[in-house]
Amino acid sequence: MRLGVFVCHCGSNIAATVDCAAVALAARAMPDVAFAADSVYTCSEPGQEAIVAAVAEHGLDGVVVASCSPRMHERTFRRTVARAGLNPYMFEMANIREHVSWVGRDKERNTAKATDLVRMAVEKLRRNRPLTPREFPVTRRVLVVGGGVAGIQAALDCADGGLEVVLVERASSIGGKMAQLDKTFPTVDCSSCVLGPRMVDVAQHPGITLHAYSEVASVSGWVGNFEVAVRRKATYVDWSKCTGCGECVKKCPARDAPDPFNAGLAPARAINIPFPQAIPKKAVINPAHCKQLTTGKCGVCAKVCPSGAIDYAMTETTVTEKVGAIIVATGYELFDPKVYGQYGGGRYPDVITSMQYERMLSASGPTGGHVLRPSDGREPRSVVFIQCVGSRDRHIGRPYCSGFCCMYTAKQAILTRDHVPGAQTYVFYMDIRSPGKGYDEFIRRAMEEYGVRYVRGRVSRIFPKGDRLVVRGADTLMAAQVQVEADLVVLAVGAEHAPGAHELAATLRVSIDEHGFFMEGHPKLRPVETNTAGVYLAGACQGPKDIPASVSQASAAAAKVLGLFARGTLASDPQVALVDPRRCVGCLKCLKTCPFGAIREEQGRDGAVRAQVVETVCQGCGVCCVTCPQGAVQLQHFTDDQILAEVEALCRIPLPTCG
Amino acid sequence: MPDPAADLRIIGFLCNWCSYGGADTAGVARLAQPTDLRIVRVPCSGRIDPLFIAKAFYGGADGVLVSGCHPRDCHYSEGNYHARRRLELFLRLLPALGIDPGRFLYTWVSASEGQRWQQVVADFTARVHALGPMPRLRETDLAAAALCHPAAPQEGA
Repeated sequence: MRLGVFVCHCGSNIAATVDCAAVALAARAMPDVAFAADSVYTCSEPGQEAIVAAVAEHGLDGVVVASCSPRMHERTFRRTVARAGLNPYMFEMANIREHVSWVGRDKERNTAKATDLVRMAVEKLRRNRPLTPREFPVTRRVLVVGGGVAGIQAALDCADGGLEVVLVERASSIGGKMAQLDKTFPTVDCSSCVLGPRMVDVAQHPGITLHAYSEVASVSGWVGNFEVAVRRKATYVDWSKCTGCGECVKKCPARDAPDPFNAGLAPARAINIPFPQAIPKKAVINPAHCKQLTTGKCGVCAKVCPSGAIDYAMTETTVTEKVGAIIVATGYELFDPKVYGQYGGGRYPDVITSMQYERMLSASGPTGGHVLRPSDGREPRSVVFIQCVGSRDRHIGRPYCSGFCCMYTAKQAILTRDHVPGAQTYVFYMDIRSPGKGYDEFIRRAMEEYGVRYVRGRVSRIFPKGDRLVVRGADTLMAAQVQVEADLVVLAVGAEHAPGAHELAATLRVSIDEHGFFMEGHPKLRPVETNTAGVYLAGACQGPKDIPASVSQASAAAAKVLGLFARGTLASDPQVALVDPRRCVGCLKCLKTCPFGAIREEQGRDGAVRAQVVETVCQGCGVCCVTCPQGAVQLQHFTDDQILAEVEALCRIPLPTCG
Repeated sequence: MPDPAADLRIIGFLCNWCSYGGADTAGVARLAQPTDLRIVRVPCSGRIDPLFIAKAFYGGADGVLVSGCHPRDCHYSEGNYHARRRLELFLRLLPALGIDPGRFLYTWVSASEGQRWQQVVADFTARVHALGPMPRLRETDLAAAALCHPAAPQEGA
């Protein structure tokens, strides 16, 4: 066997703390190594061409590249190796950047460590075998989880691309957070005028099946062939009959149900249609507040419903959908400011959240678009906005910037002047973050045209004085204490992960970060993919995002799905388990431990029962290999032999041979 | 090959999806770590045969660190549950094999937990350094190692 080793400098990223030439020199002495060299950028075009040329010139059978993490460039170099005429699996990477040069300070020790990692890679590669992927058919349907603006965009893009789309939304209407907004920055155009037609498109598109008031219960299968159980919650209204006329809502006597759509600004009826533009525009009964369902004495909605749609005996149902890919667009939740006792912690009625203020500004909101104090219904003359409530504060576990609060605060301050001419507005801020097209200009307009008074500093306390509130804080630019009397205080609450994100992540087998947002495959190169093949991310479920960014990512996710399905078949990863029929004794312990049901019982020609791996189902975890008492199941590309060769490459004394 | 005397031989078995990513995250953030650890990448902590660890010790490793996805967060749904059972049992078996259990650690680090990874590596390296280099094992222990597991396939070796 003739192997080639290429040690990358990565500019100075590796070369600054690792002697790459010494590593290449040491590699030359390793078994089977016929060629070793160092290069400045191995991933660059000349770097890759040097690999192709070296394979031809030195008749190499395999290649080791010592550079960055295989999670970064393994695919890149596998393609290079394939271009050189080798099997792409005759390739190994030694991670001497993320695991060596970036974390170690001592050049001599780093060089020794890098040499060890190269030796491990060489020993592994000596035992590699060429592997070939198999083709398998895909279900050209996509599941979109979440019907906010990102989910809507992803669903429409996929459907326009000719795919069948299943859209699952937890609430009774799609639209998400954007449907709750009055206006959007920086154009100050009506949010529902932008979103409404898109929602209608979803309802009317022949390629989209909408499951509203539903949740993803379980997911099985793998990329190309997922099977998803969708739990359709009981609405107590037969939606095939409901016309959305709203008679039931008008007559319902139970008026104390929570109204999440209006952010708790006003109570809702027990039977409700969240907003006039709802898609689907269907009523849903809240069983915790319905008098008929709690006490058995009412039935008003059933009496008034002209189409006889009310069904108090309805129970939840489950439908199964087969899809080939999944786009997660579950969005975010707003921070609950009750944590901050200094802002009143929910005790003062005139301290409200930005979403409550948004509903107040909306013409379809509970106040009909009039800005009125919740305590006495009076129009405020002075409104104070406090930014970074639940953002950039390590003490409450929210160290990140939510990104959009600076902008929506400026928008709300501008709208305040439109709704209440002559009102004075103050904004307490830490820093203004407005990186977007036309964003900083928008902030300037708020300051200069609308006279919004920006005070740089944190608020230490809010306390009542008569029927007004006193906001006390610091002005760090003036180095002075400031005190402002306010009629209304609006807390610019930040974004946090959507409720249920952890459960959904476990269902979909994708990772979440420490703040509960879904993890992308790579922060720069795979921002839309997850590490689970066939599962993509769109919008704020991956991290706080404003509307343009959410829509962009949704379109990107749709493009990824369309690309995935473009050929009609997928190539399976050949790094799967393989049973050696000569060693297998048919105990079938592997069949019991396989998480994917990828192992089946097979009767050989000799009549003996043995295990067999279904290649297209196996995901390559290797749990079976450790289970097998005979060592008969081996995960290809990660065999016992290969892993132990890496271990042995590190050990000072040779390993004892077992058996 | 230069082999700085101060570095001990610590072998890490890391799952590709969480802990290997966490180690990458620590690298990207330039979180300084001791240089003793060398990482073997495996697809899942469920792929790690306790025999690999025993063999590493018998081969002269001074410490072995295993890290996978947090329970409930496994890329393969349940691989780390299998790992947890196997490794917990293995941990209790170590004294019988003549190996100080302090030389072995299994833990969970997610792909976003770069700082946690830095801490795990620093703490474990310090722990192994406190124990010093691994004493050479006696022939009887090596024989025990050969008995602890039936033959692993050596095809192609």
